[in-house]
Amino acid sequence: MANKPRVGIFDFTGCEGCELNQLNFEDQLLDILEHVEIVEWREAMDGRSEELDIAFVEGALSTPDCIKRIHEIRRKTKVLVALGACAVQGGINALKNIRPIEQVREEVYGQDKYLFPTLPALPLSAVVKVDVNVRGCPMTQLEFLKVFTALVMGKAPIEPGNSVCTECKLKDNECVYEKGMICLGPVTRAGCDAQCPTFGQYCTGCRGLVPEPNVEAMQEILVAHGLSMDDARKKLQLFNANQLEGVS
Amino acid sequence: MGTNLDIKVHHLTRVEGHGDIVVNMRDGVLEKARLEIVEAPRYFEAMLKGRNFHEAAIITSRICGICSLGHQMTSFKATEQALGLEVSEQTVLLRKLLVHGATIQSNVLHALFLAAPDFLKVGSVFPLVGTHPEVVLAALRMKRLANDIGEVVSGRAVHPISCVPGGFTQLPSAKSLAVLRERLEKQMLPDLVFAADVVATLAGEIPDFRRETEFISLRSDDDYALYDGDICSTDTGRVPDREYRRMSNEFVVPHSTSKHCKVNRSSYMVGALARWNNNHDRLCPEALGVAAKLGLKPDCHNPFMNTVAQVVESVHCCLDAMAILDRLLAAGIRDEVPNQDPTRHGTGIGATEVPRGILYHEYTYDRQGRITAANCIIPTGQNLANIDDDMVKLVPEVVDRGEAAIAHLLEMLVRAYDPCISCSVHMLDVKFTR
Repeated sequence: MANKPRVGIFDFTGCEGCELNQLNFEDQLLDILEHVEIVEWREAMDGRSEELDIAFVEGALSTPDCIKRIHEIRRKTKVLVALGACAVQGGINALKNIRPIEQVREEVYGQDKYLFPTLPALPLSAVVKVDVNVRGCPMTQLEFLKVFTALVMGKAPIEPGNSVCTECKLKDNECVYEKGMICLGPVTRAGCDAQCPTFGQYCTGCRGLVPEPNVEAMQEILVAHGLSMDDARKKLQLFNANQLEGVS
Repeated sequence: MGTNLDIKVHHLTRVEGHGDIVVNMRDGVLEKARLEIVEAPRYFEAMLKGRNFHEAAIITSRICGICSLGHQMTSFKATEQALGLEVSEQTVLLRKLLVHGATIQSNVLHALFLAAPDFLKVGSVFPLVGTHPEVVLAALRMKRLANDIGEVVSGRAVHPISCVPGGFTQLPSAKSLAVLRERLEKQMLPDLVFAADVVATLAGEIPDFRRETEFISLRSDDDYALYDGDICSTDTGRVPDREYRRMSNEFVVPHSTSKHCKVNRSSYMVGALARWNNNHDRLCPEALGVAAKLGLKPDCHNPFMNTVAQVVESVHCCLDAMAILDRLLAAGIRDEVPNQDPTRHGTGIGATEVPRGILYHEYTYDRQGRITAANCIIPTGQNLANIDDDMVKLVPEVVDRGEAAIAHLLEMLVRAYDPCISCSVHMLDVKFTR
């Protein structure tokens, strides 16, 4: 390749765990650096850049300054990749959207609540065009590498549309419901290799809902397994408050 | 006519989160020298309200990816105290092993990837791939192994999966633990000794600065306290964890979306240097040997030495992790299910040392096991007032060096604290104005 793609990595409202997962490519980091030039990454290096081939963006948008910065990034970038649940769906940050914002601000900052401006936590796609989604909380390194390889090869990455249940079956896991627990696998997008059920946990829905999810049926299943309607809704809201409550 | 300074570093690099450094000096009088926290507010305490006890750690883990394991541990301890959930000795040992892995991972990342470039006069770790490949490769190996501890024991190093209130949803095999034990001894230990030698060659570059302050960390009778212990101040000694509010005193300041803290003075410091000052007598001889080699002495009041203290304690974490694995392997892994049957519903406090310092979570639960009140006090938030006080003392001492050099020194100061701003806001950058 004559010119290596110029890559920038950016973060908004979130935990920076997806970025950390990029620094955690101990075995592949040096290979990755052979194929791209990282020109802007505040968490790991000094310097800013004017033009980018690929921008990886983590975090949700939740302040007026976030909105301004994401427009600036979009303007200078060819391919914009949303990295992780916060950037793709608003993620766990969107839990604050389902309660009155004044109440939320007062609970945390008390009478000083007006010092700090805040907006409902939004996914990147609510404000700018997003070209590729890498889902999960945190994003999985395997999926990132697949997307990265596709982009460096100039191909469009494929986003899975099936549910976590299909991957769980392929792994021969015992169904989480058989263990007397509940699980959001039936309505959650695959691509994580059913990580959580494989480690004895239930699927928390971090990768977002499948296309055209049957949310009512999912709630009925949760209620049939002992949750109240209110608790069933709360379980579903954990990573998907925006999609379920129509904020974006 | 005195000196004028006007410095503003916007969105400081090589730290976790968003902050600005601002310095104003007019006619030789320092008007302002502080770290402004501009990270978007997160509102976690409010998000926790009404949530079931199973979800508390899943949510608080997302305060910070780098500290996710520490937030989980602290969250479990608070929930278990509030609900009267006893945990087994095996659970405690596996948790301590996870804490060692996360501490080594975070300390190595900070010392070699984020702080070392300053001493080698480059802007990031990436140029070091060409100039110092053996250092970069050792750092990558150590990070890999530290993260592997997380993956083997809890399924994932960032936002662990199988740790839950009351225990683990799945236990690691004895075989996988034996492999970790072998790799810690044959790989991690030599790599840490090599890293310490590299840091020793850079020790002359560490700025000579001293400001007496209060140091707060956990302290325990049994070990170098990380997972558990009393709250201990270098000024006033030990108190139980239930006194955490008195030992932190969070308050809101207009220039920071993260709250500030103070106890016996205008500020205090938490983190590896605080742990060193309070608990150096609990370190293993090998770690003390590394401390001697690196010139780290008890009662150290130079915040730039925090990075050195991180390297020293990493050696201890590695050896103690090996000792824990020996105990686990000698006893054999017992098949246990998590204890999730509450015996009471009330308030519980968790106090844990995470890489950046002492972390507190407090939750109150109702009879349905739902959170009615939550409070999280974050290490970086506790350090912010101390960073501001350091800047106020440091700037006049170096005022003749010129704006660019001062700005760089202040960036190094803030980085030495290894701040985690996402956390502190549940929330770094440098600004100078003349």
